[in-house]
Formats: sequence, C-alpha cells, structure tokens
Amino acid sequence: MNLLKKAKGFWGTIVLVVIFSVVTQLLINGGTLNSFYVNTLFSIGINIILAASLHLIIGVTGQFSIGHAGFLAVGAYASAIITMKLGLPFPVAIIAGGAAAAIAGLIIGIPTLRLRGDYLAIATLGFGEIVKIVFLNIDYIGGASGMTVTHLTTWPWLIACVVITIVVIVNFTNSTHGRACISIRENEIAADAMGINTTFYKVMAFIIGAFFAGVAGALHAHNFYIIQPPNFGFLKSFDILILVVIGGLGSMSGAVIAAIALTIISTFLSSYPEVRMVIYSLVLIVMMLFRPQGLMGSKEITSFLKLGKAAKGGVHHDGKNTVA
Amino acid sequence: MTAKTPLLKVENVGIRFGGLKAVSDVNLELNQGELVGLIGPNGAGKTTFFNLLTGVYVPTEGMISLGSEKLNGLAPYKINQKGISRTFQNIRLFSDLSVLDNVKVAYHSLAKHSIVSSLLRLPSHFSGEKEMEEKAIEFLKIFKLESVMHEQAKNLPYGQQRRLEIARALAANPKLLLLDEPAAGMNPQETEELMNLIALIRERFSLTILLIEHDMLLVMGVCERIYVLDHGQLIAQGNPEQIRNNPKVIEAYLGEEVS
Amino acid sequence: MEQFIQQLVNGISIGSIYALIALGYTMVYGIVKLINFAHGDVFMVGAFIGFYSITIFHFGFFPALLISMAACAVFGVLIERIAYKPLRNATRIAALITAIGVSLFIEYGTIYIRGAQLESYPDNIVPLKNFEIFGVTISGKSILILAVSLFLMMLLQFIVHKTKIGKAMRAVSHDMDAARLMGINVNNTISATFAIGSALAGAAGVIFGMYYTKIEPLMGIIPGLKAFVAAVFGGIGIIPGAMTGGLILGVIEALVSATGGSLWRDAVAFVVLILILIFRPAGLLGKNVREKV
Repeated sequence: MNLLKKAKGFWGTIVLVVIFSVVTQLLINGGTLNSFYVNTLFSIGINIILAASLHLIIGVTGQFSIGHAGFLAVGAYASAIITMKLGLPFPVAIIAGGAAAAIAGLIIGIPTLRLRGDYLAIATLGFGEIVKIVFLNIDYIGGASGMTVTHLTTWPWLIACVVITIVVIVNFTNSTHGRACISIRENEIAADAMGINTTFYKVMAFIIGAFFAGVAGALHAHNFYIIQPPNFGFLKSFDILILVVIGGLGSMSGAVIAAIALTIISTFLSSYPEVRMVIYSLVLIVMMLFRPQGLMGSKEITSFLKLGKAAKGGVHHDGKNTVA
Repeated sequence: MTAKTPLLKVENVGIRFGGLKAVSDVNLELNQGELVGLIGPNGAGKTTFFNLLTGVYVPTEGMISLGSEKLNGLAPYKINQKGISRTFQNIRLFSDLSVLDNVKVAYHSLAKHSIVSSLLRLPSHFSGEKEMEEKAIEFLKIFKLESVMHEQAKNLPYGQQRRLEIARALAANPKLLLLDEPAAGMNPQETEELMNLIALIRERFSLTILLIEHDMLLVMGVCERIYVLDHGQLIAQGNPEQIRNNPKVIEAYLGEEVS
Repeated sequence: MEQFIQQLVNGISIGSIYALIALGYTMVYGIVKLINFAHGDVFMVGAFIGFYSITIFHFGFFPALLISMAACAVFGVLIERIAYKPLRNATRIAALITAIGVSLFIEYGTIYIRGAQLESYPDNIVPLKNFEIFGVTISGKSILILAVSLFLMMLLQFIVHKTKIGKAMRAVSHDMDAARLMGINVNNTISATFAIGSALAGAAGVIFGMYYTKIEPLMGIIPGLKAFVAAVFGGIGIIPGAMTGGLILGVIEALVSATGGSLWRDAVAFVVLILILIFRPAGLLGKNVREKV
C-alpha cells in the first residue's frame, strides 16, 4: 500500500511535469514567451542541473568541492567537439559531455578524495583552474578565442535532462547507497567502521555529480553559441556553489529553489555584474553568520508538506505512541 | 571444539608513531562466545589497540587474524565486513540521520540491491530496502529504541545514544563486538542496565565481546577473563580474581593515582 | 645559460612575493585553521594603497610601503573581527564559505567603488641601477624585492620567537584552550596574527606594483591562490615552510616559462599543489598529524 502511494506520488509529479513542459513549449511556439523569458528559463534549467549535481557532492556526501565549473567545461567542450568537429547528433553530444566529465571526475576524484575539508576544496579549485588552462592551450578547440557552437539546446531536451538529473539524484540519495554517502558526511570514521567503503562512495558521488555537470555543460555549450575557457573559471564554480549553500547543504529542493530564484535575480542584475557579485558575496557572508545551514537546512520541501498534513489531518506521528 | 581454535588471535602486535611505541608486543586470544575485558590506566593504549584491531591504524609489527583470515592492512570497512564491529569512546553517531537510518547504514554491507537497481527503482530496490527496514526495527526493539526511531540521533539523551551506537554496531552482524568504554558517563543504574543488555545480546547473537572499561569493579563483575594494558604492553591476564591480586596491576593503578 | 640565470632571478623575485603572501596564509591557518581566501585581496588592497600614496600624496617607496602595511594590518583585523570571529566555533565549511564570500566582496566592492580599470605604478619610484654580474643583467628592483622580503621575514621570525606576542601566537596555535587557561588573551592574539599577516600582504602588494607596475582589482586572486599553494607546499602553519615554498614555487614557474611553457605557467602551481597533497600532504617541512579516533 505504502509502495502504491509512493508510485502514485511519483507518477503524479511526472504527469505535472509533462503538462508543464507541453504548455511551456506551446507558449514558446506561440511567441507568448519572448526570447528574454526563454533565455531565463533555459538558464534556470541548466542551473538546476548544476545545483543538483553539486548538491550530491557537497550536500549529500559532504565533500567540499569548489571546482565544479571544471566539469561543466569538460562537458561543454566534449559535446561541442562531438557536434561541431565530428558532426554527430546532439543526444550523442549530451551523453558524451556527461561521460567525459564523469571520467574527469574519476581521474580527479581518486587521488584527491583522500583529502579532507579545506584541502579537498583547494585541490578541486586547483583542478578547475588546470582544466581552464589546458583548454586555453589546445588549438584544436580554439584556445583562448574559444569555439562557436550551433544552437541545439531545445526546450524538450532541456526539461528531459533536468527531470532525469533530479530523478537519478533523488533516487540515489533515498537508497542505502545515498545513506552510505550521508553517513560519510556525518562521520567518516564511523562510516568506515560500519562497513561503508568510503572511498568508493565518495568517488561514486563525484562521478555522478560530474556526469550531470557535464550534461549541463553540453546544454550550456549548445545554448550560448560560444564557449571560451575563461567562462569556466573559479567565478563560475562560485556561482554554482552559492546555489547549494543558500538552498541548504543537504537539501535537494533547497538547491533547486535557489537555482530558480538566483537565476532570476542574476538576470535582472546582468547589466550590473559587480553589483550582483557584491550582493551575492554579502548574502553568503550574512547567511553563514546567521543561518549557516542555508534556507532549507538539510530538509526537503516534502517534509514541510507532510508536517502540514499531520497538523491538519492528525496523521499519526510514526510510532511515537508505542510503549517503550 | 571451537574453544580450541580462537576466534581472534593477536600475535606480537605493536605500533609506533614516529619514535614512540604506543602499543608493543601484545598477544591476545579470544575464544568464540567469550566476554573479555581490556583494562588499564589512562593512556595505556587501549583505544589504540582497538584502532589496530579495526584497521584504523595498521600495525607496524605482528599479526592479527580473525578465524583463519589475516586482518593486517585491511581497510576498516573490510574488517567490519569480515566480522569485527565497534563502538567509540567518544560517541560517533550519524547525528543528522534518524535513529532508524543509523542502524540501516550499518546494515548496508549486507544489502543486496545495487546502485543501478536503486536508480531505476527496480523491484529489488524496494524489497532490499524493506528488508533493511524490518531488520533495523528488529534491532531497535531489542535496544528499546523503536519509540524514538524517527528522531535525529543527535536529539537522543546520552544513555540512548550509547545504546544506539551498540545497536548500530550489532546491525553489521559481527562475530566480534568491540565496546570502547560503553559505560562512560553513565550513572550506576544506567550502567547496570547496560551490563544486562550486553549479557542479553551476547546470548542472543552468540557474540564474542571485547570490552574496554575504566571502571575496574564493573569489568570484574561481568568479564570472564581480563587483559591489563599499561604503557602499551600487556602486564597481566587472567580471571577477575587473579587480576585483582596481581601486584603489577595494583601498582599500575596505584601509580596512576599517585601521579 | 644567461637566460637561465635571468629566469632564476625572475623566479626568486616573484617567489619572494609569493612567500610574503604565503606567510599570512600560514600564520592564520596555523592559529585558527582557516584558509583565509580574502588574503589575496588584502594584497590587492595593499597594492592600491601604495599606488595612491605614491601618486596622490607623492610619498616615496618606503613611506608608501609602511603606510600600506599599516593600513592592511587594520584592514585584516577588521575582516577578522567582523566576518571570522563570530564563526570561530562554526563548521570548517561555513568558515571557508565565509572566507570566499569576503574575498569576492572585497574584489567586487573595489570594482564597484573605483571601476575595474588598470593602474600603473610610476616607473621611477626607486631610482635603482641595473647590475651586471658575470654578464647577466640583474635589475636593481629584483635585488630590492629580495632585500625587503628577507628583511620582513627576519623581522617576522624575530617577532614570533623573541617577543611576548609571538610567544602568545605560538601558544594559541598549539592549543587554543590551554592558552586561554594560561591567561593569554586569545582574541587579541588572533587579531595580532591577522594584523601581521595582512601587513606582510600589504608589503607584497606594494612590491608587486613596483616590480610589475600593472595593478587591478582582481590582481589578488591568482597570486593569492599561488601563495596558498606555496604555504601548503612548505607545510601549512610553518613559517619557514611558507618562505621556502614561495621561493621554490616562484623558481619552478620561472623555469617552466623559460623552457617554452609560458602559457602553462599558471597551471604549474596547481599541478604542484595536487601532487604535494597526494604524496606529502603535510608539506615539505610538515609532520603528519592524524585525526584522533
């Protein structure tokens, strides 16, 4: 019965998403949504994928990685090579972008994930910078002047990728494997002592996170017409990091909400980039001082809904009344 | 008989940190089903010895084997999977996880569903998760924690946190359970309850238990055999009576009190 | 061969700038276990203060250096008191995020106030001749950089080992609680550490401006990161380690440039970082410390 209920909730959500996507597509076709709104919508979608993928690494597994733009760059360039240099179709490019980033995640993950806390942060930051410099120095992909890419990212591809990303990461998190990752975040030594192969799960979180960052990279490259290495520097990593931090470390819905809200805010501030950065950095500092767990903490939006229901309908508070 | 082949065999084990020998030349055997105590004054190397057994530290000398398997150099998670589970002196729970999830994590290595089946939500995922949940609740019942199973571990009172840690260690289905000062910080009544609980689980899971305790009287009360560690070396072993009258032990403890 | 020595001199010059910045990183990390991301930006602020002292107030090089050091010391203490002190018992990640926030705030706050345009230090602030040794021309500025850096490092060693505040700093970095119990004013000691570290960064900023002439609001990011690498390289928390790490890093970079890899120069530091973290995480002069179980 419980299972059925879960399945119902899941399919209900899927149906809602499909309706939303179709309506949006119609609005785009009909011209109701002008290019400004469409651009914002696409940026939101890409940022949701980025936030969700970093959420898995930082929020769930507790590995403080601040070089996420490196994976984005790998995905963007790999996918651009697939479509622009090899002339293969876009879906191949999306998968190739994800796969290339995942391989990068594996290569960087195995050595650096032995490091803890700030050292890992610095190592991943270094990785991001190295990726940028490497791309700057390869003439095949245009070096500093970058690569021009055809616009291939369409609304159906985008929404499909967003949904798949969220479903995969949520399914992973809500399983024994996700719990293994959370236990590493909570207490790595205890997790190890309880039979969790910590290295395996850290690397796994890194690979999955990197894969989706690569997917986002493919969508990004085929949305913005041009990709250049300087766009994937530390500032880009910071833009992704702030989504996860503000949303709440450990909260998927928080990351998604932050991605939507901050993308909209950034759009309005896009003509004043330094004002945007001043505001972002201030928000970050104030947030850490007064609410370091982020907007949502490690809670999900569903838990608030459940609480509301319990208050209204008087649903039993699981097992609270059993005699000890 | 099984009693003749020890479950855990520790031969000449030692470790040095730089020039300092934290533990040296320890020989110890545990037979199936025994409840053995490891005592010693502060800084005697008891916890270090646990860390050697569980793979947190790799011994620089000697051999550790469980049954017929050599444990030296195995990662902690592998040693846990081979059948040694532990608690920590300073409680190490997964504080933000629920009580139930804490136990489920320990059951993870016995889970049968793969990452792929979880990602695709295949039937094996649901049956696997269900089995884990049932098992975990079963453990919580034994420890009288099922009423708080949805609480976050960090919100439990101290005594329950200690119990949860033992429950979690047991959920990994160990052959040998290592308890690092399980009664630390408990009042006499809680301590007694804990000791009854240890006796109960030992019976029920046919466990072998090695127990570090600071409180001599308590160890004397429950353990069949006792090893005494001082300055990283075993200075005595035997039954409680022999230990009580061993001049070296008395000296080690008195010496500590004087200084 | 001449070119090699020339590059070596360049490497030592930039290396001593890294070393000066790295000292601040290492001291702060040693005492509060925080990677002060904003440290590179203090360096930038120092460069600007020096620039304005020279161009607007017409001070000479040394007065400008001192003014910049003093101003940066105050600035560093302000950062510590406002942003970091309330977080002293927060998680490491929260502190790290705050440090990143402070860094970006300084960078973009500066751009907001004065714009992103470049400034150039005047060429003639230090009328020094170039030297010729064994047929190699060595600029007077290189010698000056090295001299000033060495002097400041020796001064720092003196402060840390021979003065009361230095003793307090060592005590707090060893064990903050014990130090407090022994009557050491921990808050003031931490502030003093930030002040000294920031003053050194300020000095590095002025020296940098004098040597490379071009300064801009984002100039602190890369040298800041590289200086951090230098600190980790030498063993974070260890003062001689920061100096050694900075100099070695500068020389390695210069040699990579010399062998035709000038485009790869900026990657060197990060490759060094990842290698050192993997093979010798405690750094050249550091000792391994394990987490207590």
